[in-house]
Formats: sequence, structure tokens, C-alpha cells
Amino acid sequence: MKILAIDSSNLVMGVAITSGAKVLGEIVTNSKKNHSERLMPAISQLMQDTGVSPEGLDRIVVAQGPGSYTGLRIGVTIAKMMAWTLKKQLVGISSLEIVAQNGRYFNGLIAPFFDARRGQVFAGLYKSRGDEIVPAVPDRLLLMKNWLAELAELDQPILFLSNDMGKWADTLTHFPGAVPGTAAQNIPHPSELARLGAAGEPVGDIHHFLPTYLRLAEAEAKWLARQRR
Amino acid sequence: MNLDINQKTMILGIETSCDETAAAVVENGRIIRSNAVASQIDIHRRFGGVVPEVASRHHVDQITVVCEEAMAQSGVSWKDLDAIAVTQGPGLVGALLVGVNGAKALAFAHHLPLVPVHHITGHIYANRFVRELIFPLIAMVVSGGHTELVYMKEHGSYEVVGTTRDDAAGEAFDKVARTLGLPYPGGPEIDRLAADGKASIHFPRAWLEEGSLDFSFSGLKSAVINYLHNEAQRGNKISQEDVAASFQDSVAEVLVRKTMVAAERYHAKQILVAGGVSANSRVRSEMERAADVRNLPLTIPPLKLCTDNAAMIAAAGTIGYLKGMRADLTLNAHPNLPIEAF
Ligand SMILES: [Zn+2]
Repeated sequence: MKILAIDSSNLVMGVAITSGAKVLGEIVTNSKKNHSERLMPAISQLMQDTGVSPEGLDRIVVAQGPGSYTGLRIGVTIAKMMAWTLKKQLVGISSLEIVAQNGRYFNGLIAPFFDARRGQVFAGLYKSRGDEIVPAVPDRLLLMKNWLAELAELDQPILFLSNDMGKWADTLTHFPGAVPGTAAQNIPHPSELARLGAAGEPVGDIHHFLPTYLRLAEAEAKWLARQRR
Repeated sequence: MNLDINQKTMILGIETSCDETAAAVVENGRIIRSNAVASQIDIHRRFGGVVPEVASRHHVDQITVVCEEAMAQSGVSWKDLDAIAVTQGPGLVGALLVGVNGAKALAFAHHLPLVPVHHITGHIYANRFVRELIFPLIAMVVSGGHTELVYMKEHGSYEVVGTTRDDAAGEAFDKVARTLGLPYPGGPEIDRLAADGKASIHFPRAWLEEGSLDFSFSGLKSAVINYLHNEAQRGNKISQEDVAASFQDSVAEVLVRKTMVAAERYHAKQILVAGGVSANSRVRSEMERAADVRNLPLTIPPLKLCTDNAAMIAAAGTIGYLKGMRADLTLNAHPNLPIEAF
């Protein structure tokens, strides 16, 4: 099975092409977010370099979120458009789960997170089960201070993985049992996304496949709050 | 410029600049094979206007749906297409991004050329579905987002000769409607009320400096709001119908007179009107009367082609395609795209 994996959900932009168990190629950048300009050229370049044509793909796998709204929309739009028009399978994978794969062989819990501003984080908690890294709780948006309070109660070593580590490094040094990820562990790898996608369930309705924002648009949240009053 | 305007073409157009997700197939720049539009008006009504983040989210939900509908209804296959045309700007950046990236994915998947389109040129070319353009011409594009007077000396040549210095005409309609307690979108509501009213209140007309073809609607908007406020303070009963009719009269008079001045100055042989506000009955009738007096052919597209749609983008994209305009896969959305490059 030939897979095209696309991740533009955060600052890291990643594209991978895999064939069966083999990674044919990867493009990863961790620089300023002009994903709209760079993602399609990266896909085109990698497909050309690996000799895989659009028609030759079996499945398209995309990082579904959480993450930057704009980044998510770029990746999801390209993925669903290609899957729909080429009649290929489409699989969405949690953006946090992709990062969690970098904690393989860690003896404890794996806590990937993305900074979500105003003290909040998009956070997930994963654990090893045999060869697999599986979610221990659903991905969430919450205040980092609440998240750390919850994690502290688990009383286990925790591997924190985040490309936004810098902002939270100080806070985490005071967390008992915290292990920060290395630079390479902190960024999502699209070949891991492809691997997760190979095992994932293809979406039934490509048309209405949407990013997992984990947060309502502000206007929508305010409107709902007004209705409840 | 030497274009073979009669060259056979089949273009898929995609439009997501504001709150309509749209795709359409157009043949030879003038025949609509399909025109799919997913409108978000009902979604944004409760917010009293278009919310960019909400619009962007809905575009992702509808983009493949409208493309499927457009392709299925057109009766053509991907192999029959010559190019994919997409609105690059101006518009809401988050909304534009969905169309631009979707179009790039399609162009890549089917090895098709990609043609960037300026949204305003789309509104102008909606007129080509009604009749062939005669040059030189003056086009007036009025909507919630634009108030533009464009001079065209030939196909694919655009020069903005007048624009708004503050609010777009459609924006003024929405704001006045909101002050009157009318639902969004305000244009049709004001038009409906005005039909039963008299233009008995004098609201200002902003002519700006001598000879200027620019517009300004913020003063008019404030005048209406002040009038309502003052009458309420005096305890006078307000006729919403008369306010609507008087406001509409002021907008129509300015739009029409400036369009006619431009037509005269640029020796126009045709006047085009497009954009959502051209659905307004007063703007239409005044424009028709003024064009008639001057013996100038006037074209206003049917309502369905006045509001945002992708057939118009495919029509303008046809001209871009014939001119040899091509974008590569780095094409990006441009919220303030200038028209002169198109
Ligand atoms: Zn428009």
C-alpha cells in the first residue's frame, strides 16, 4: 500500500511517502509557517523524487489536529481534495498522537502538547502497550496548570514532548518525574503519521471530513453562551 | 493584446473568498455548464455578519461537495478541462486559503494548468454570460466587500478609476439595516421596506473633491444613525420605510452619477454593473434610466450571477487562461490583491 502522509497542523510541516513497511521519503521543516505556499510544492517534489504518481497512491493520511486552525485547513483541504478526486482512501490521525510516537520505549507516560496561548495547551496522554503507543485519555484543550495538576496525581515518570517546549521548560523543571523530549523527539515525523494511517480506519464520508479544532470559533462560543443565558 | 477570444475552452472555477463556497464549469468563457454554490447566509445571520473563522470552517466542509456537484452537472470529465481557475483574492484570507489549496490539489492530481483570478474581474465577467463585452467599458462592482469603478480598454485589462475611501456600499446597507433592527443581510430588507416608503428625508451625498470618482459611505451611514437617534429623542414616530427609501436614494444617486461621469470621461461604449448590491431595485432602475438617456448599452447580470459564484470566476479565468496567466503550486491567497496585475 502506497501512502501519502501530510502534516501541516503546526509549525512543523511534514510530508512522507511510504510503500508497505518502507519509508520512501520524507520532507520536514520546522520554520516559519507559510504552509499555504510550501505544502503543495513539497508534496509534488517528494512524489517526483520517490517516483510515485498521484494515481499510484492507495491512501492519503492527514494530521487532523489539534493545532493551528489555518495550518489544519490547508492540510485537510489538500488531503480531502486529493482523496476525493483520485478516489483514494482518506485517514485522519490526531496531531498529538503523531508526536507521541517519538516516546517509544519510554518507561512511563507520554504527554505531547501544543501551546494554545493564554496559558492553555492542546494536550494528550499516551502510553506504551506492547509495540504500540495508545491514547490513555482523549486529546483536550485546557490550562497547562490544570493539566499538570492532573498529571501530578498519576505519580509516574512523564515524557513531555512539544515543539513549544521553550515556553514551558521552566514550569516543567519543577514537575516531579518530568522528562523533556530531545529536539528530534519534540517534532512530529510524517513517516510515523503514515504508519499510524496505514493501520487507521478510512473515513466513510470524505466530503464532510473536518479538522479536529477542539475549540469553537470565538463568535460561536459567545453566541452559544448568550443562548444559555 | 491579441487574444483569440473565440478559442474553445473548458474551465473549472473555484470561489471561496467570503461566505459562498462555489465551483462551476464554464465553456468558451460564456456558457455555464454547471454552477454550484453552497451559501452560508443562514449560518452567519445569527452573528449579524460574516465571521471569518466560521466561514473558513464551512468552506472546508463544502469544498469537495461543490466541486463534485459542478463536475457531475457539467457532464464533462477531468480530461475535458483545460484549466482550473481559482479566486486568489481579494477577500478573507482564511476563506481564500481553502479554495486556493483545494484548486492546487486538483490541478496537481489531474496535471492541469492553474489560473489565478482576481475576484472583482469575476464580477465583471459575470456580464459576459449576458452579452459579449464591448470596449472600452466602465464596470461598477458593488457588494458587501467592494465599491469599484473599473475601466477596461480590452479583454483582460483592468484599471480601477474609483473606489471607496471607507465602507463598501453593501456594508453601508448592512449597517443601516442593523440600526433599523433588520436582519442580516440588510440589502434585500432595505429594498423591501423602501418599496413602501418615500424618499422624503434628505441624507447627504458624498461627492468628494471636484471630478473624483471615489466614494465614501461612512458619512451617510452616520447621518442615518443620527437622524434615527434625534427623532427618537424628540419622541417623533419614525417611518422605517421612508428612512430606507431616502437612504437607498442617496446611495443610488451617488453610484449612478459617478458611473456616468466615468463612462463619459473614458468614452465608454458599454456600462457593466455587478456585485450583490446591483440586485437593489433602486440602483438598477436609476442605472437603467441614466444609461438610457445617454444611449449607452447597460448590462446587469441576473441576481444569481451578481452574488458570489464560481461561474464568474471561471469566466474571468478563461480570459486569464487565454492571456497565458499561470500559477504554480506555490500560489497563495492574497487578501489585498491588486487588480492591475490581471
Ligand atoms: Zn464578490
